[in-house]
Amino acid sequence: MSKSINLTLKVWRQKNSKTKGQFETYAANGIDTDCSFLEMLDVVNERLTVEGKDPIAFDHDCREGICGMCGAVVNGQAHGPQRKTTLCQLHMRQFSDGDTIVIEPYRSRALPVLKDLAVDRSAFDRIIQSGGYVSVKTGQAPDAHAILVGKEYADLAMDAAQCIGCAACVASCPNASAMLFVSAKISHLALLPQGNPERETRVQEMVAQMDKEGFGNCSNEYECEAACPKGISVSNIARMNREFLSASRKK
Amino acid sequence: MNLDSKIPSGPIGEKWTKHKFDMKLVNPANRRKFEVIVVGTGLAGASAAASLGEMGYNVKAFCFQDSPRRAHSIAAQGGINAAKNYANDGDSIYRLFYDTVKGGDFRAREANVHRLAEVSVNIIDQCVAQGVPFAREYGGLLDNRSFGGAQVSRTFYAKGQTGQQLLLGAYSAMMKEVAKGSVTLFTRREMMEVVIIDGHARGIVTRNLVTGEIESHTADAVLLATGGYGNVFYLSTNAKGSNVTAAWRAHKKGAAFANPCFTQIHPTCIPVHGDYQSKLTLMSESLRNDGRVWVPRTNGDSRRPELIPESERDYYLENKYASFGNLVPRDIASRNAKIVCDDGRGVGSTGLAVYLDFKDSINRLGKQAIEERYGNLFEMYERITGEDPYATPMQIYPAIHYTMGGLWVDYNLMSTIPGLHVLGEANFSDHGANRLGASALMQGLADGYFVVPYTLGHYLATTKLEKVSTDHPEFKKVEGDVRSRINQLLSIKGGRTVDDFHRQLGLLMWDKCGMSRSEAGLKEALAKIPEIRDEFWKNVNVLGGNDEFNQALEKAGRVADFLEFAELFAQDALHRNESCGGHFREESQTPEGEALRDDSNYCYVAAWEFNGVGKAGILHKENLEFENVHLTQRSYK
Ligand SMILES: Cc1cc2nc3c(=O)[nH]c(=O)nc-3n(C[C@H](O)[C@H](O)[C@H](O)COP(=O)(O)OP(=O)(O)OC[C@H]3O[C@@H](n4cnc5c(N)ncnc54)[C@H](O)[C@@H]3O)c2cc1C
Ligand code: FES
Repeated sequence: MSKSINLTLKVWRQKNSKTKGQFETYAANGIDTDCSFLEMLDVVNERLTVEGKDPIAFDHDCREGICGMCGAVVNGQAHGPQRKTTLCQLHMRQFSDGDTIVIEPYRSRALPVLKDLAVDRSAFDRIIQSGGYVSVKTGQAPDAHAILVGKEYADLAMDAAQCIGCAACVASCPNASAMLFVSAKISHLALLPQGNPERETRVQEMVAQMDKEGFGNCSNEYECEAACPKGISVSNIARMNREFLSASRKK
Repeated sequence: MNLDSKIPSGPIGEKWTKHKFDMKLVNPANRRKFEVIVVGTGLAGASAAASLGEMGYNVKAFCFQDSPRRAHSIAAQGGINAAKNYANDGDSIYRLFYDTVKGGDFRAREANVHRLAEVSVNIIDQCVAQGVPFAREYGGLLDNRSFGGAQVSRTFYAKGQTGQQLLLGAYSAMMKEVAKGSVTLFTRREMMEVVIIDGHARGIVTRNLVTGEIESHTADAVLLATGGYGNVFYLSTNAKGSNVTAAWRAHKKGAAFANPCFTQIHPTCIPVHGDYQSKLTLMSESLRNDGRVWVPRTNGDSRRPELIPESERDYYLENKYASFGNLVPRDIASRNAKIVCDDGRGVGSTGLAVYLDFKDSINRLGKQAIEERYGNLFEMYERITGEDPYATPMQIYPAIHYTMGGLWVDYNLMSTIPGLHVLGEANFSDHGANRLGASALMQGLADGYFVVPYTLGHYLATTKLEKVSTDHPEFKKVEGDVRSRINQLLSIKGGRTVDDFHRQLGLLMWDKCGMSRSEAGLKEALAKIPEIRDEFWKNVNVLGGNDEFNQALEKAGRVADFLEFAELFAQDALHRNESCGGHFREESQTPEGEALRDDSNYCYVAAWEFNGVGKAGILHKENLEFENVHLTQRSYK
């Protein structure tokens, strides 16, 4: 059953990527526990606007946990306290009356803050651009049933392909590594016969681009897996490392 | 305004083949000289941008999200249709064509629908080759399911996230072209206007959503793939950013808007629970395969569902529609939910919900089987509502989901503005008055991968276009218009927020133009919409300035357009005094309360010409002819 709770928010406010930011404190009273975290921010923003204060900027779109647009660090955790849940799917019943909630943007050199909680994740697009695809043109494809994929591999590929590109893995990693994201894409394609011909160049190019963007290395903290709203497994990172090694050896 | 549909001659099954041969081609060496703008990177836009880039055109792709991969297509759960007949259960291109025309309640163009069914098979091939991880059987072949009441299994799916997997396929195909240099990407850009020079679409003006810069982009043709306008209802299953702006701006410059009142209401969404609610979440239609819909037999029965004995439950869909039961089409399932709730038998805290009960399926198949099929949906339901659907029935209610209406296009997907093409949900073309489940993904990808790459070439090869630059006075004028509108929005500094106006408009639309529409209600809407719009322009509060990341300003521009568009919507609904598909006019029903189509008066596409804000649009009719699928009243009894 829904209740109404009173909260204190400490929110990171930063005008743009060139200015320094700081925490501001806001009262968020009378929040219905049935509302989502982003709806709670909507309510706060409506009140701020009426008071003539700049509303808090945050990215979002689908609000159903699939587009990967939302995300912030809530009380030290990317996407907040609930496992396998994006910020838009986190509901206020996870909090208690009187709680103080600290909300800040993802922090990484490779993901500069644009405003408040919104960051620039275009590095992810550039990594995909460097090789995260199968080079097949429209119209070239054979009949879909010409390619057989064992269910086991198809399912594993699907598990890896679930990544929504939200960057919570980067935000949660002490090294700001993007390896979970990159390895998910590499695994998805490496597990399928369609991805096979470009397997070696793909892993090399994507890893090179990842390094170039300034993401850190992996030191097996497993924070990324814990923060991932889609439950992408760190075993993908191991697979990526194997793929990378074997591609380098052949070179 | 001339509505020439350009449907090729010849038998239905040969039109597209013949047309492909008759169309003029652009020599591969010349293609890079043509600039093509694609607005939108959903399934329709990304597939078009990728394909045109591969062919050698010089493509510029735009979206308002931070990455093209986040377009609203990503949210599609259920699946994508294709007439592969892999299930050997009698499917064929003709059957998919037939089902789509009939399902659309005879308000779509036969020729377009047949083409859609033809290319559906190529779509699956293309997606598989890209590495889309469709569900497979143990033998390694693709799995299919029956979806949304279809009597054949023609739906391909990837867990509960078919849209995301298809979009990642199209997105990665496009990113490969970005790497090659044939596609240039512009993210966090909002298209504010189309620029028309000498009667042709020659570019767009955008706002950079990070810096506020107003930018001009030239092109030899412009493709809009900007999605649907369901958010005119404020609450819908669409993403928050989904808007009518691009389509509406084009409409104001001369593109006819077709059948704006044709909207689809999805029967299985999580009900509204509070006034802070910002969106409605869809629970996949596939749930109706195993869930039974019911309400208590008596009004106001407030016992917990487990305590209501079988004899006091009304499985109203099963009782009323013996042969389809819980699997009746979306419009029928939705309307019946409304009927029982209006009758006072709705459940939940608001009385605007019905039960979707899995108890019998769990008993029959075991909890594990249900978990395998719907586990992620059940989890999502529990996360949002805090209730466990394995233990207690889900509560569902219909919500706005998809818009069949959109910019009018001819067979070549060109609007009434030469050079302006419209793809995907943004056009009106293939679904008539009601869309079948799993057919929107198919249509978006058909338009982008397999239709526009041919028809755009024909346009470019047969049209003489002068070179234009962004210094052209028309670009300067449009930039000026965009700036002054933004300045106006920023200068009002009134007492109400943008969302507050949007919510008010949405409630009105849902009430008067939602699941059931009447002359009196529509007239009331037509009287109230201008009042809300006037107040908006006097009393909206948009803080901050243009030259910054300003989300309130983004929303304000979109809501301002919804406030103009809503009037056309209501006008269209009022003029169409028949019930068809998702459009239910109370004045036009059978004695049993089913929708009654009026083919003698309304067997046409209503294409509206813009005539000034607040003025009634001018109606143009494209008559529809059904040479293959004969006009019959739908019956699912
Ligand atoms: C929850 C949900 C589930 C669904 N499930 C299914 C399903 O199972 N099967 C099925 O077939 N269909 C389904 N649909 C419908 C289907 O997903 C959509 O109709 C389809 O994906 C629309 O694709 P599109 O490419 O036309 O537009 P979209 O994917 O909506 O893309 C629009 C693009 O345009 C851009 N854009 C919009 N306006 C502007 C502007 N002013 N300036 C710049 N860029 C702009 C956006 O950034 C985006 O890139 C579902 C829909 C919803 C809401
Ligand atoms: S808003 Fe799309 S994942 Fe949260």
